[in-house]
Amino acid sequence: MAVPGTEAVDLSGAMVLAATPSADWLVVAPVAIPIVFGAVLLMFRHETRIQASVAIIGLIATLACNLLLLLRIMDQGPVVMTMGRWLPPFGISFTADVLGASLALVASLVALVCAFYSTADIGTIGRRYGFYPFLMLMMAGVGGSFLTGDLFNLYVWFEVFLISSFGLLILGSEHRQLDGATKYAILNLIGTTFFLTATALLYGAFGTLNMADIARKADSVREVAPLTTLAMFFLLAFGMKAAAFPVNFWLPASYHTPRIVTAALFGGVLTKVGVYALLRVLVMLLPPERALLSGVIGWVAAATMILGVMGALAQTDIRRALGFVVISSVGIMLAGLALGNGEGLAGTIFYAFHSMIVMAALYLLAGIMNGLGGSYSLRTLSGLYANHPLIAAFALILILASAGLPPASGLWPKVMLVRASLDAGQGWLALAVLATGFFTTLALGRVFILAVWRQRDEAVTAERYSPLLGYVTLGILAVPVLFMGLYPQPVINIAEQAAGGILDASTYIGTVFPEGAQP
Amino acid sequence: MEPILALTVAIFFSVSIYLMLSKHIIRILLGVSIFGNAVNLTIFTSGRVVREIPPIIPLDLSVPDGITANPLPQALILTAIVISFSFFAFLLVLAFRTYQELGTDDTDGMRVAEPKGEELPPLGY
Repeated sequence: MAVPGTEAVDLSGAMVLAATPSADWLVVAPVAIPIVFGAVLLMFRHETRIQASVAIIGLIATLACNLLLLLRIMDQGPVVMTMGRWLPPFGISFTADVLGASLALVASLVALVCAFYSTADIGTIGRRYGFYPFLMLMMAGVGGSFLTGDLFNLYVWFEVFLISSFGLLILGSEHRQLDGATKYAILNLIGTTFFLTATALLYGAFGTLNMADIARKADSVREVAPLTTLAMFFLLAFGMKAAAFPVNFWLPASYHTPRIVTAALFGGVLTKVGVYALLRVLVMLLPPERALLSGVIGWVAAATMILGVMGALAQTDIRRALGFVVISSVGIMLAGLALGNGEGLAGTIFYAFHSMIVMAALYLLAGIMNGLGGSYSLRTLSGLYANHPLIAAFALILILASAGLPPASGLWPKVMLVRASLDAGQGWLALAVLATGFFTTLALGRVFILAVWRQRDEAVTAERYSPLLGYVTLGILAVPVLFMGLYPQPVINIAEQAAGGILDASTYIGTVFPEGAQP
Repeated sequence: MEPILALTVAIFFSVSIYLMLSKHIIRILLGVSIFGNAVNLTIFTSGRVVREIPPIIPLDLSVPDGITANPLPQALILTAIVISFSFFAFLLVLAFRTYQELGTDDTDGMRVAEPKGEELPPLGY
């Protein structure tokens, strides 16, 4: 295309001409590494013996990059990198701030621990069907969702992790998996299509999809465009992804059907991506609309947490009970979104860290209980304390964490949320959070009483099962759970910084558009 | 042009929502497919429709001279079409497999994962 005269065109007005500093490549590493490893693993799909170790290496690299990225952001503020060197808003920006990077870090930790556990849980057939490639591609989608700075790109990453999650969900093709996966797939696809509709309408109103650009233009567009309708649309779409009442019924229909390690991954990571998207769009992009909708969000939050935990009380299958506990934890996170003040949002973000780790650990715990006791049903599972005291210890820590009791991690975010609700004069929301903690104690405490404390009548000949790997994975996850419970201040600092970053978007905007560069 | 497109989008949305309210998986899938197309048309319309003015910047300028057609919606729609088509293909296979295995495509009958009349957890030892 050597057209005469084109050499003279000055590109400095349209493109980033300076080379990207090599440290800034960290922004794309948490996405690029899982994609590369996923592609490589896909090529060596039949080499089932090396799959797990390659995936674990990839996830360790992802975790390290996420850690470095978060440290860099805490030190120097948000990092931005724009694809194709087109100046934002024309190029797609990857913009990592404290919120996105910290959630990506915890998600990659959960994925790594699940990958450890999967070496025992996923057999040759599961590997041959591509468990590890799906795992890597799902983590690429999750990382991309947390780090992208473009709304349409966020939609694409949602679809990336969604289609990988389909693959993980139906691994094994059992009847119940097909049943659960059908409902999960259809309802989630409708949810993301709603998200795309909202994105289309937002593009019609703003003429841009770059989040920083939307945030700085919102005040001038507000006069002419129905932004509250848009905010409601996003609330519906992301609420569906986050499993908020009344659009949460896909979750209890499907989360107990896959392999337990897949359930742990889903319960730990996926719903939090929906909560993250809600925080990003409603708090950072459309704050006055969020304030207008805060009553609706508050009722949704209270209904989600109370009805979720009520569902957990009614279940005999531990995995199904945990599905409902996931829902009620989403409700607690939405409480901070309803309040919208700094402490409430920090509580939500802290709770998201806690919930990712604890929910994944609870599912893995259920898997180990099944391995040792031979059942997921509370009617038959018993006698674990007498034979395996270590599993009782882990169960106790995780149940305390999930219920929000000391010394585990659930306590402090709930304290922050309750205090924020009382400060905002929303005592009923504080009451809902506390009541949820009480009912969670009942629901999971009953698991402890029946499965761990109850004497076993007859000696069940359990198949040979070595819980060692399970203990190691739970031990890894118990470290952050106890650390966040006993010494919460560093995590509170991160959560407050993350909340400050979305409440006042000027730093975020200033990073994407330095010195008000006007394209 | 926009009012006609808006009307088309409205018809697409109503047809798709009607289909998705059905109990039968295959109708829901047809609804999902039309839903995707409704959204694509929404993107197209919200990018504003301008005919016959290609978005080419003259050599001596750095921005287009006046209003031109907007090329971005087509890029967005292309992405969305690819994604929704691949999802639709996957869902068709999944639905067919489910129909083969469970013998029904009626969502009321699909109770394998959540069976009816499950026992409640014990109240004591």
